[in-house]
Amino acid sequence: MNNVLVYCELSEKNEIADISLELCTKGRQLATRLGVKLQAAVLGSDVRAAAETLYPYGVDEVFMADDKRLSPYRTLPHFDVLSKLIQAQKPDIVLFGASSVGRDLAPRIASFLRCGLTADCTSLEIGSHEDVKNQKTYDNILMQIRPAFGGNIIATIVCPETRPQMATVREGVMKKEILDPNYKGEIIPVAVESTLEKADKAVEILSREIEEQKVDIKGAQIIVAGGYGMGSKENFELLHKFAHLIGGSVGATRAAVDAGWAEGERQIGQTGVTVRPKLYIACGISGAVQHRAGMEQSSKIISINTDPDAPINAIADYTIIGDVMTVIPQFMACYKKNLK
Amino acid sequence: MSLNIVVLAKQVPDTHNVGADAMNADGTVNRAALPTVFNPEDLKALEMALRVKDAMPGSKLTVVTMGPPRAAEIIKDACARGADDGFVLSDMRFAGADTLATSYALSQAIKQIGKVDLIMGGRQAIDGDTAQVGPQVAEKLEIAQITYAEELLEVNEKEISIRRRLEHGTECVKAAMPVLVTVTSAGEDCRFPNAHRLIRQAKDEVRMINADNIDADLDRLGLKGSPTKVKKIENVVLAHKESVVLEPTEAALDELSATLIKEHIL
Repeated sequence: MNNVLVYCELSEKNEIADISLELCTKGRQLATRLGVKLQAAVLGSDVRAAAETLYPYGVDEVFMADDKRLSPYRTLPHFDVLSKLIQAQKPDIVLFGASSVGRDLAPRIASFLRCGLTADCTSLEIGSHEDVKNQKTYDNILMQIRPAFGGNIIATIVCPETRPQMATVREGVMKKEILDPNYKGEIIPVAVESTLEKADKAVEILSREIEEQKVDIKGAQIIVAGGYGMGSKENFELLHKFAHLIGGSVGATRAAVDAGWAEGERQIGQTGVTVRPKLYIACGISGAVQHRAGMEQSSKIISINTDPDAPINAIADYTIIGDVMTVIPQFMACYKKNLK
Repeated sequence: MSLNIVVLAKQVPDTHNVGADAMNADGTVNRAALPTVFNPEDLKALEMALRVKDAMPGSKLTVVTMGPPRAAEIIKDACARGADDGFVLSDMRFAGADTLATSYALSQAIKQIGKVDLIMGGRQAIDGDTAQVGPQVAEKLEIAQITYAEELLEVNEKEISIRRRLEHGTECVKAAMPVLVTVTSAGEDCRFPNAHRLIRQAKDEVRMINADNIDADLDRLGLKGSPTKVKKIENVVLAHKESVVLEPTEAALDELSATLIKEHIL
């Protein structure tokens, strides 16, 4: 069985991007399950320091391509180096971030290698697949699970015949977790000079403008939202801890924003943003029609409220009758336990 | 100097207006019950391509789509908005194609058009949201790609400059032709269909192209040419909503979190 490879992106500070660390954590789980090595590819300029930060996530081998022409990211230079690396290493699985970089590079690589690619996976597992038509069973292949059709269905995709099996995952969907601070891996330099010349010429970057990172809850898959029932700004802090634990973002009702408990960018509803995450947890939210307009298309809704007759409960899949300050810590503890 | 421009477009089910009858009992999509639309980002790409044509008079703009015969509707629509020509790749042998097989068919069709300078399309279609077909067509044609384009900055017969979206910002890039550009929803809205053009082409038949017309390797088309297989489909949103009321006991919360993890929601 061949290895699992993660293509690592670099942040503007030339550090490994969070999404890539999340993928290394997931990649480690898959590699352990398959009994293979976890490999990472780091392509950029002056990247040795960044590459070395990958070991604690359980990375065994870091393929490092260090060349000025690889930074900032451009499609063809990265395509040139990575496609050759994959051809040489023949990994079983390759993971990319579903970012503007990963979604630019991964499809081009998949096309070149004529292999399958599943975009925006929300879950990756190892399993077996039975092909009814040719009566073949494929063991230890990658189950690529993603919402499809505008979020109306959840599909499990497999690529039984072609290798590598490739997938992209959005930032925040998987959790990043240090496996062992003293984990021992090694850096394997990749030579690039001879092949980059042509790829370097195709597209020229004229200028770049990097924006301050703003709160953006529109794309979040999981939203923990708080209303006036949270009671205070201090209590509202609990939602940030909760959201952090489950990989979600914090949203708020107009009442909570007006009370100064949350920033305006977090406001969900008619005068705020409209969201349709796969999970919306409404904490201390009564559910005024203006708020519901901005979230009722969420795939699953959980309401935590002391009032059994709160209007939000009518559109919730699960209603937990109780005080948010007791229920949330309890739920967090259960979640941690069940994750293991 | 003029350019030969291709716009890739798709007719898609309107996933933002899904009704109760949109899903079959077995969890598959009942496409017949869904209204169709011109994929929104493809319209943005069409507008960007029309602006290139405005800047380079004499350029020819051809719209290419793959789908059932009724996809001819979007070719007519595009022509009414200013495209010169278009055709539909329609053949049962294309059916069941994933992005790899789709990009192969499209790239073979583009090769039949001759020397193409610029290919534009939406970043992604609302029924799949994969954003894969653009880069894959570029790879198959061995040309450069500019994805996540938001604004056309400059164009001449040799080069195009585009402002494109990054994860945390934007960058301006310049590429030599030929190049493929995918446009996001931040692009300019498309101009409206022109009534005169609509009337002029009312009786025209849209050209239909099949697998025999594009010099294709049949093993690389449709379901056969698709490495990705759908193993399972679960209907999540349209299932009848039943609200479960829980008391905040340890057992109830434990079960709820376990269920959500199992269903891949958490």
